[in-house]
Amino acid sequence: MSDNEYLSKIRNFCIIAHIDHGKSTLADRILELTETVEKREMEEQLLDDMELERERGITIKARAVRLKYHADDGEDYIFNLIDTPGHVDFNYEVSRSLNACEGAVLVVDASQGIEAQTLANTYLAIDQDLEVIPVINKIDLPSAHPDEVKEEIENVIGIPAEDAPLISAKMGINIKAVLEDVVNKIPPPSADPSAPLKALIFDSYYDPYKGVIVHVRIKEGTLKVGDTIKMMATGAQFTVTELGYMGAMQLITADRLLAGEVGYIAASIKSIGDTKVGDTVTLADRPAAEPLAGYRSVNPMVFSGIYPADGAKYADLREALEKLQLNDASLSFEPETSIALGFGFRCGFLGLLHMEIIQERLEREYNLDLVTTAPSVVYKITKTDGTVCYIDNPTNYPDPSEIEVAEEPMVKANIYSPSDYVGSIMELCQQRRGIFKDMTYLDRTRVELHYDLPLNEIVYDFFDSLKSRTKGYASYDYEISGFVPSKLVKLDILLNGEIVDALSFIVHADSAYPRARKIAEKLKDNIPRQLFEVPVQAAVGGKIIARETVKAMRKDVLAKCYGGDITRKKKLLEKQKEGKKRMRKLGSVEVPQEAFMAVLKLDE
Amino acid sequence: MNKLGLYVHIPFCLSKCPYCDFYSVKYDEDTAKRYIKAVQANILGYSGVKFDTVYFGGGTPILLWREICGLLGSIGDMIDPDAEISLEANPCVTSAEAAAALLSCGVNRISLGLQSMNDTELIALGRRHNAKQGAKAVEICHNAGFSDISADIMIGTPCQTRESLRHTLSAVTKLPATHISAYMLKIEPDTPFAKRELSLPSEDGYADMYLDTVEELKANGFTQYEISNFALKGHECRHNLKYWQCEEYIGVGPAAHSFYGGKRYAVKRDIGEFMDNVPQRTYITDDCPAGFDERVMLGLRLSEGIDLYALCDRFGIERKMADERLSKIPPALYSFDGNRLRLTPEGFLVSNAVIGIMTDIKKEDIWIRSY
Repeated sequence: MSDNEYLSKIRNFCIIAHIDHGKSTLADRILELTETVEKREMEEQLLDDMELERERGITIKARAVRLKYHADDGEDYIFNLIDTPGHVDFNYEVSRSLNACEGAVLVVDASQGIEAQTLANTYLAIDQDLEVIPVINKIDLPSAHPDEVKEEIENVIGIPAEDAPLISAKMGINIKAVLEDVVNKIPPPSADPSAPLKALIFDSYYDPYKGVIVHVRIKEGTLKVGDTIKMMATGAQFTVTELGYMGAMQLITADRLLAGEVGYIAASIKSIGDTKVGDTVTLADRPAAEPLAGYRSVNPMVFSGIYPADGAKYADLREALEKLQLNDASLSFEPETSIALGFGFRCGFLGLLHMEIIQERLEREYNLDLVTTAPSVVYKITKTDGTVCYIDNPTNYPDPSEIEVAEEPMVKANIYSPSDYVGSIMELCQQRRGIFKDMTYLDRTRVELHYDLPLNEIVYDFFDSLKSRTKGYASYDYEISGFVPSKLVKLDILLNGEIVDALSFIVHADSAYPRARKIAEKLKDNIPRQLFEVPVQAAVGGKIIARETVKAMRKDVLAKCYGGDITRKKKLLEKQKEGKKRMRKLGSVEVPQEAFMAVLKLDE
Repeated sequence: MNKLGLYVHIPFCLSKCPYCDFYSVKYDEDTAKRYIKAVQANILGYSGVKFDTVYFGGGTPILLWREICGLLGSIGDMIDPDAEISLEANPCVTSAEAAAALLSCGVNRISLGLQSMNDTELIALGRRHNAKQGAKAVEICHNAGFSDISADIMIGTPCQTRESLRHTLSAVTKLPATHISAYMLKIEPDTPFAKRELSLPSEDGYADMYLDTVEELKANGFTQYEISNFALKGHECRHNLKYWQCEEYIGVGPAAHSFYGGKRYAVKRDIGEFMDNVPQRTYITDDCPAGFDERVMLGLRLSEGIDLYALCDRFGIERKMADERLSKIPPALYSFDGNRLRLTPEGFLVSNAVIGIMTDIKKEDIWIRSY
């Protein structure tokens, strides 16, 4: 088979869907149908191999897998399927995956219709000239209304949906129609295997035996084992020791990767810094003239301090963050010091879910106990002396007398919901200082609302509140729109009269009082009684605006004698001491980790 | 000769109280007789020891008064003439006959589990006696000639209020008791109480009740000598003091604990295994006891407290370190005259936390400061 014939049988595609619309289930069915995975090895959400993904039932990391499909035309095709995350925070993962594809399967739930995230990701795909094939899933549900959903796809997204396959991934209905559409509608890669090598790094991870493994889409040229490669951005050179394809269960080695193919490279790369996601790999002796466009670098929008619960684990935390960053380029971090918490890192995230996920991954995959500070956004401060600075850590927030103008980041938010909940959504947005822009009806029962909202107001629990007010039906998506001047104040929390820097945060002046009260209450409930009374205060610019008191402990005693069983008493006391060790000592006050977390989650 | 305490566990009850997690089985006469034989063989197996305190705990030891009288006769040589010999009794099975017999064969201290002088509370506790029977039992022992009688009551039981506890205290102090133990109810796992929804006092409620108890008993001449124990002058329980002063004792019977020969050890909670094996099979619970932590933990339970600096010197702990730890404790919880460190009643109430601080050898935050 000639290279061109071979390439004409390749289809690179991804699946775009809103959370819960059945993307991972469809991927499972495709794996089964193509017999990529043997029946006995098949399990649900196969591509979500992170423990956390299975537990939460969501996809966090994009995963690539190579499949063989015997089509109705009698030919064998090679599919490179890329499973991508659905949540707004992982948009970045999606846009990277799209770059490696020629087409996208758009999965829409037959009863829920198009959701915010579907739309955002579909636009990303259309922007990159991908062929989008709509598929309507969950047609087995009684509430399914596929015809209306087809209409919605045509009206809202503007792509033909007349012939969209009606499927049920869960029941395995009509999956073959999707694969036939992939063969017939998505174009094969058009590329020149004889041109100088250009391979786009779209993911990487660290393997303890092989070093850094990079996932690439070969855009031009051919790569073989033994070739000396060069990273165009960093200039680092390596010899390829192994390359191949990503199987569903393991890597499959090959001799070469051709333009148009998706695969992996191992080249004994030890340093994580040498492989930047978005960089172009070329050959050292026959380099490409210029690198590929790469990715727009994402700016983290939410920041928080992450500290090891045990100060001695600082170095471990650094190593863990470095390894995670390799796998998740959107994570950023730099060292910081807190008077209360010691040495740690200020980390930047794409959103609150991203932050939670990173924290959980650090705790599980790297076995670390962490203390996380309240999330903050970046503020733009123009000082009275004319200098401008960006503040992502409340601790560094200047004294009010030095501030000429304080600006906070705003987002344009699109909210999709059944029209029944409009009132409740508007109320929520108003509470969060939202400015209503407009509202359009997508069909008779569904609306799209546009709001300008301060990012500060949505990083906490906006998504949760939106979901709970709309029985889970509403979805939202946002993009950063810039900075606007705002009345901001720094809220300090004092325990036993001392400011706890790790608990300070920036808030709009109008919300300072209610939030201060709520936080003081939460802390009071989460700090166990100590031997002395602990005042919990919240202050703005030195003025106390809320106060609660953790009363002094009054009873903590083993009254019984236990007939001379002294060892039992001793063990009970030792256990109690163990529990204390898990607490943070802030001045003279012992604060459990949950207290820090509780402050983050201020529900209605 | 080494003077030791002897604890004999009598694991028989007519029925099990729903809050109790001490080891006991249902009483039957044949088993009881076999059991005491095994106890006797075990005690006789210790040669060259002399007991100056003996304590029969349970269970309900008074159920076996005949057998215990026989036992005391056979081990008489091992008991000091001035020994304190205590026996726990349950009011509903305390008869004049039993009391007289026990007194005549050497028992000189009776500890009666009254628990409360309020009938509703007694029902809630699953007890078989009422307040009147409780008072009667004390009278019986007194009339039989016992000069050391302890009345045991409980604080913080279901249905109890500050008022009802005051009533119990005032009723108990009017009885001819010389010693009062007042234990705060602790819900033990795997007891029926642990599975029930009980309405119990709050943390502050417990604390107030405890302080009421200390005050009321003091006003009636009962001096507090341990967290839960109060006595008229000269009537402290010498056997229990041994536990807290880190002195040695031998425990016989299933679930009994010993501190003997420099080790702490225990017997399995299995009466069958105990009766089948002489000497009793034991397992070590602590092979290096009576260190600094333990002495602080036990000593601070006593009103006499601990000689802090002497303990520091003995165990090679810097006095400065002890001072630093002490400074973390609010002054209302203790007194320290440069010699003895004593907890106040408020201090007793939070003694776990205080002991935690006083035995915390590691310096917190060393890492942060030195990094």
